[in-house]
Amino acid sequence: MDTRTRRRKSRIPEDEIITLENVSKAYSKGAPALNGVTLHIKKGEFVFIVGKSGSGKSTLIKLLLRELTASSGNINVMGYNLNRIRHSRIPKYRRNLGVVFQDFRLLEDRNVYENVALAQRVVQVPAREIRRNVSVILERVGLGGKYKSKVTHISGGEQQRVALARALVNKPSILLCDEPTGNLDPEISAEIMNLIEKINESGTTVIVVTHDKAIVNMMEKRVITLQKGVVVSDEEHGTYNDEDDE
Amino acid sequence: MRISTFFYCLGQGFKNLTRNRWYTLASVATITACLFLFGMFYAIVTNFQHIVKTAEEGVSVTVFFNEGTTEDQILSVKNLLEQRVEVREIVYLSAEDAWNSFKDQYLGEYADGFTENPLADSANLQIYLNDISMQQDLVTYLESMDGIRRVNRSEVAATTLTGANRLIAIVSAGIILILLLVSIFLISNTVTIGISVRKEEINIMKYIGATDFFVRAPFVFEGVLIGVIGSLVPLVILFFVYRQAIGYVAERFSMLSAILQFLPWSEIFSTLAPLSIAIGVGIGFLGSIVTVRRHLRV
Repeated sequence: MDTRTRRRKSRIPEDEIITLENVSKAYSKGAPALNGVTLHIKKGEFVFIVGKSGSGKSTLIKLLLRELTASSGNINVMGYNLNRIRHSRIPKYRRNLGVVFQDFRLLEDRNVYENVALAQRVVQVPAREIRRNVSVILERVGLGGKYKSKVTHISGGEQQRVALARALVNKPSILLCDEPTGNLDPEISAEIMNLIEKINESGTTVIVVTHDKAIVNMMEKRVITLQKGVVVSDEEHGTYNDEDDE
Repeated sequence: MRISTFFYCLGQGFKNLTRNRWYTLASVATITACLFLFGMFYAIVTNFQHIVKTAEEGVSVTVFFNEGTTEDQILSVKNLLEQRVEVREIVYLSAEDAWNSFKDQYLGEYADGFTENPLADSANLQIYLNDISMQQDLVTYLESMDGIRRVNRSEVAATTLTGANRLIAIVSAGIILILLLVSIFLISNTVTIGISVRKEEINIMKYIGATDFFVRAPFVFEGVLIGVIGSLVPLVILFFVYRQAIGYVAERFSMLSAILQFLPWSEIFSTLAPLSIAIGVGIGFLGSIVTVRRHLRV
């Protein structure tokens, strides 16, 4: 069944890339991490998901990555129904996503080139194309001259650029960023966010989970605020003031 | 799967050996230790079995016939006995052969005084068995036959050798069980170390859309390579140790050379080498599969 068929059956608008309908996620102990969340994100949007620790941001990312399954409700991403997707189809689904983490999650025993090339090898791109694609993407994130460097020998900002290059080299439809500036100083954070904005301008849907209000307020993008697992606000050109979710 | 992906996974398997040197070393050492013990035990047991087998082969049942039994009658009994499963070989010794052998061994020139063969009724069949434990069955059968005067056998030899065989079987099973348990314990510990080293790498690969096969393949190649190295090292050590040991024992206990018949190294290793490599590869393969499987559900 192709994406269009799935989309028609689930009656999701063509321009909507991520749909969460009344999604809840409960762990075995304590209150639910997400409670009746409904979200509609269109293709090409730039969305911040903000909230304090424990608000459900990380759970939301894990649900979108299909690392977790929802306890109830429906999640549909690019036509994939994440509640029903078979285990064997998950890799194919994830190849449509680029993921960037706060702690970069690079393979420390490999150099910059090998880290980025890994994403291409996973989708079995021929070796010659890998060399070309990796060079192009490293130039794009400003690391053209560092492809041979060990990732442990470059700065935090550069490591996050490597992570971005790895996330983007397969030309994903969606870029998921989980606290991408969490380990960076303000100046480098701004550079990384400008880079992510440029990626968004080229057509990639970007979702950034963060609690960095300076970044959110600087960008003036759509801001969805979570508080104790519930969406408390969803503003088109929003701001984030962490006192709001007290 | 693309051929380039296959070679990439194989290459990563090789690179992983050096990327995680300590893990590789610990895994190789574990498999080496297990297979060295296994190989040593195998060589000892096989040689012991060989010595017992050699002793068994020398033990025979001798059948003497009634007075006046012709050579044709004896040979027809021989043909009949050769059909039995427990019989390996039958040697016919005529009365003349028996007398000549006796003369040569005990009388020498004094034999000239005998004008007739005093062992005229000593024609016999010497029966060698496939399995010494079946001696009593054969003796019972022989004693029930017509024309048989006497059946000579060594019950002590049969009982001792049968007991030795049973002991070898029990000790083999016991030691193999202990080795198996020790191997499982050591390997599970090594695998646990491997999991902590690899958890992050497996997670990253899964997040970027790697299939289970793509994640697993380099680890499996690595495991198999570790298994091959871990099985070759003890084989090389055993090769030198075995040659030295049998040389030492043969020299030190030369008076027992008739009993201590050791197998040549080629005979031991023609079975031990493929067996060890197969076990090493199997351990490496299963170890890596188990290690990775726990983390594939990301």
